[in-house]
Amino acid sequence: MARFSLRVNGVTRSVETDDPNTPLLYVLRNDLGLHGPKFGCGLDQCGSCTVLIGGTARRSCVVPVRAVGNQPVTTLEGLGTPERPHPIQAAFIEEQAAQCGYCINGMIMTAKAWLDKHPRPTEAEVKTALANNLCRCGTHVRIVRAVLRAAQALRS
Amino acid sequence: MDTRISRRALLKSGGVLVVSLGLGRLGERVVRAQPAPADAALGKTVAADAVDGFLAIHPDGAVTLFSGKVDLGTGVRAGLRQMVAEELDVPIARIRMVEGDTALTPDQGSTAGSYTIARGGVTIRQAAATARGALLRLAAERLGRAATDLEVVDGVARVKGGGPALSYGDLIGGQRFDLPIDPKAPRKKPADYRIVGRPVPRPDLPAKVTGQHLYVHDFVLPNMLHGRVIRPPAIGATLLSVDERSVSAIPGVVQIVRIKNFLAVAAEREWNAVRAARALRASWSTGSGLPDRAALFDTVRAGAVVRDQTIAKHGDVTAALAGSGRLLAATYQWPIQTHGSMGPSCAVAEVTADRATIWTASQATHRFQSAFARMLGLPKEKVRLIYLDGAGCYGMNGHEDAAADAALMSKALGRPVRVQWSRQDEHGWDPKGPPQLLDLRAALDAQGEIVAWQAQAWLPANTAGLPHIPLLAPEAAGIDQSIGQASGMIQQNTDPPYRIPNVEAVVHWLRDTPLRPSNIRAPGKIANTFATESFFDEVAAAAGQDPLAFRLRYLADPRGIEVLQRTAARLGWTPRPSPQRADPKGSVLRGQGIAYVHYKHDEAYVAMGMEVEVERGSGRVRVRRVVCAHDCGLIINPDGLRSQIEGCIIQTLSRALLEEVTFDRSRVTSVDWASYPILKFPDVPVIEIELIDRPDEPPVGAGEPASAPVAAALANAIFDATGARLRTVPFRPNRVKAALEARRA
Repeated sequence: MARFSLRVNGVTRSVETDDPNTPLLYVLRNDLGLHGPKFGCGLDQCGSCTVLIGGTARRSCVVPVRAVGNQPVTTLEGLGTPERPHPIQAAFIEEQAAQCGYCINGMIMTAKAWLDKHPRPTEAEVKTALANNLCRCGTHVRIVRAVLRAAQALRS
Repeated sequence: MDTRISRRALLKSGGVLVVSLGLGRLGERVVRAQPAPADAALGKTVAADAVDGFLAIHPDGAVTLFSGKVDLGTGVRAGLRQMVAEELDVPIARIRMVEGDTALTPDQGSTAGSYTIARGGVTIRQAAATARGALLRLAAERLGRAATDLEVVDGVARVKGGGPALSYGDLIGGQRFDLPIDPKAPRKKPADYRIVGRPVPRPDLPAKVTGQHLYVHDFVLPNMLHGRVIRPPAIGATLLSVDERSVSAIPGVVQIVRIKNFLAVAAEREWNAVRAARALRASWSTGSGLPDRAALFDTVRAGAVVRDQTIAKHGDVTAALAGSGRLLAATYQWPIQTHGSMGPSCAVAEVTADRATIWTASQATHRFQSAFARMLGLPKEKVRLIYLDGAGCYGMNGHEDAAADAALMSKALGRPVRVQWSRQDEHGWDPKGPPQLLDLRAALDAQGEIVAWQAQAWLPANTAGLPHIPLLAPEAAGIDQSIGQASGMIQQNTDPPYRIPNVEAVVHWLRDTPLRPSNIRAPGKIANTFATESFFDEVAAAAGQDPLAFRLRYLADPRGIEVLQRTAARLGWTPRPSPQRADPKGSVLRGQGIAYVHYKHDEAYVAMGMEVEVERGSGRVRVRRVVCAHDCGLIINPDGLRSQIEGCIIQTLSRALLEEVTFDRSRVTSVDWASYPILKFPDVPVIEIELIDRPDEPPVGAGEPASAPVAAALANAIFDATGARLRTVPFRPNRVKAALEARRA
């Protein structure tokens, strides 16, 4: 049994695992009850499980828990709540940019890390930034609009 | 235990069912409906012809809507509320909703076929109208006034212009209506609508975008095990032996479940279940029941036909085709495709000796209640299926199979079990959209008029009376279930929507299809419309006519004409025959295409226009712009409708441009997003939608119709750009390039 100390959404949490290679996703969802990140493929292909590790968008389905170390982890829950949504979350609500919503965690978390570095994106740049995040419902045009709206809100 | 779940409880209050949904928050809470022995005592009927089946009014004036139809991500959670709020005259925020719980909601059939608003919603609307009438009568009696002197404002009945008032909660809160739904109960006039027809935000989005929404994937029970099923390396293979020692080193592996060819592992912790499923050594017989994929459509054409069905027939096609006119013929092929849900299927089951509760994202909880009872050897009334949201399914994906896996494991292990499919499970084993093959023939007379149209389609038969699509777990475990296949009403729209003097459309129903089929969004109608509307363009080109004008010439229905004209106007349609001749030598060729459908010939009218670019060197197709005019009668929620249309367009562009299930002789080989790619953001076009609202027409479905003309509009635009006609989906660059080279040769 291995024990890890993780700093998640600003709180230090202690977790035990049988296997230090357990993907972070399982620790977040099952041990810490954080269901924002979703299991989509386990293959680093779809982005549904995206979290921020040290400010970088990472696919938590392929990050072993032992590799997280001291870096802070932020999940969708760490950005905001239904009562106090983060500007990106608010923009997704405003644009009604989700259908089933399963991929939306990945869209918002990827957009968060990317907008931090690209505050004035064009539509084409947003599409490129999200090129490796998959959505099956076909919500793409709204997601792009939401990210552009969020960028504007974050600037002002 | 998840604290979010513990907040959700089914409470008994004043003799009426109160479902705690956390309405005080922005985000909708999905009810954690306890397998409540109290249900019967509460007297909650699930009768589909009773007001109480659908509606309960609570003492505080809140309303609970019990809907047999569920929100698969489509937004009907907003639309159905709008219909109730409008007809009942209560604020939409006061309406709670319970969906697809076999113990609490009426059986309204599966959530499919774009019928949730058109049928489910219309029934619910009538229940609300009946309820409103009853409440007005009750208020009139209590206030000593005529019902005609009263009005309802925000759930309060009062004398018109002010005066004594009684709220719905005062009138009936906590009591039953005990009324059948009155089909003649007067409804509001569309002109008086205040809620229907306006864009209403979806109630579930605040929770969905903050990680607070409960999906079935998130649902946990105390003492729950994590299960994984090991599927065979070949479809239909027999399990020969299992080496249990191969997983003995993995901690917390509770048990290996082996029932004939059903093999599964269960562990206390999910990751250990994943590890065990990967590590477990088992030997299986070989299997090679699948056809040669390279000759798939030869196999389809040569397949055993159980019967022929004439879908449409008028005039004398045989004679007209044999006449002196110009004859055209073409064959269209649509490949096997998967639903491709973003979240692999998942379910939780709690099976005890005398009852079972299954939490599932199934689109058909009521339909599968009997199936699960039979599988588990329990009476139907002891089996409860509770709908929880999954990832979008777009038809029957693996949700029901995962539920059967979990139920079988829970029964074997005597503990609640959660089964989460892997990505490879979902792509490999969800039931598939079957291949479709269509032959079309037409004759043009000397004046260039279409005198004959003949369509033949080879489609897998729907087994008569089949209660449900057979599930993997009972099949593997040797548990008796009904055998057969079904993939929805896939014969619809095989005949053209145009006035042609001699028409015949025949379906050759096939006994078999290579992979287990099911319904996939707009079942059959995408391929059928692809064939019909592509071929109509071929005929137009042969006649030297503008494809839009040629369509309008053969169309009588004014609603059909309007969607085509509005699409063309918005697109900036250039009237001319295809293909374009402006730039035959350029490296990037540009074209316009249009297609039309009257969905199922009696539902929505949709026209789709496209602008595409084709790279001559690579064969790569870029869709620049899509315009869609859409008429589905009365519009409930215009923004929700737009969202569905956008989804139809993007998902079907993905299917038409990229998607094809691959397989070898044993099993599916396209088992992830690399081997089964879907459309990505950079390839998503500009989408412009024109909604046509017809408040005096019934509302018909919108989750599917706009899918139908997408592939044809795309193929027609590619033809317009290049002169190459693509008749086999998907239009991947190598296929397009080959078509361009064949045209040059």
